[in-house]
Amino acid sequence: MAAGSSIDALGQFELHPVLGALGESLRFSQSPLMMIVASVIVLAFLYVGMRPAAVVPGRLQAAAEICYDFIYNMAVDTIGSEGRAFFPFVFTLFFFILAGNYLGLLPFSFAFTSHIAVTLALALMVFCLSIIVSLKVQGAKFFAHFMPAGAPKALAPLLIPIEILSFLSRPVSLSIRLFANMVAGHVMFDMFAAFTIMLAGLGLFGDVIAVGPIVINVALMALELLVGALQAYVFAILTCIYLREAVAH
Amino acid sequence: MDIAAAREIGAGIAVIALAGVGIGLGNIFSTLVSSIARNPSARPHVFGLGMLGFALTEAVALYALLIAFLILFV
Repeated sequence: MAAGSSIDALGQFELHPVLGALGESLRFSQSPLMMIVASVIVLAFLYVGMRPAAVVPGRLQAAAEICYDFIYNMAVDTIGSEGRAFFPFVFTLFFFILAGNYLGLLPFSFAFTSHIAVTLALALMVFCLSIIVSLKVQGAKFFAHFMPAGAPKALAPLLIPIEILSFLSRPVSLSIRLFANMVAGHVMFDMFAAFTIMLAGLGLFGDVIAVGPIVINVALMALELLVGALQAYVFAILTCIYLREAVAH
Repeated sequence: MDIAAAREIGAGIAVIALAGVGIGLGNIFSTLVSSIARNPSARPHVFGLGMLGFALTEAVALYALLIAFLILFV
């Protein structure tokens, strides 16, 4: 933390053991706890939603079917007919990230997607999957991607390293996009809350003015609801785009 | 110049990059609105791409913000 500033904006991302002595021995912090809660919520939503299995769905079953159809159409429209094989992976990614982003918005909870370790792990999964699928489907022709078809051959020594670099920057950009969005949102919450407290300390007039940052925080919560869903969608759609390039013949 | 002042100046300079992002986002949404205005039935086609473009451009803003936070707090 900088010596001059008195707002501790990044301390909220520190991990501590939870669940008492058990957590201390297992080194179980808020992050895996929130991941388990997110997984349980998504699984329970799908299980309880699809249990009636009615031809004419009730509300919860309709919601579960809408979620399935949304991701299924996204995967098949983007990747093509081979997208059916990757649909469970994209579904898991989307709903894990969505649940994680939204769980982080509850008071006293923790957004596990605000750690670069988590988002980098997810992005590396996508990257390694796309490389493995490319090598399996296209074999050695995969390396022909780095020389774009219409470009003059003389530019190859310049173009190929640039193409390789931009390919290698995919996991970096994928992980940092999600991580920075979550960190920025939560840091802004913290800053405006700190402004409220700092203004309220100025006496009666300060108490009145301090309502301002609270109103801004409410608007920020609306923005974070949008951003949480949008970032999950962008992660999933970029996964589909990379997989489309991987399965293209 | 002490380190705290240098940090704050560095963070301030780092967020100048957000100007370019603001222009880019304005571009995306202006073409989105005008393309929907010219052909309202195209809305389901272009809206998803518009949101994708918005998120990708916003990501660049967040890279700059991340550097600003790193300078300021780490």
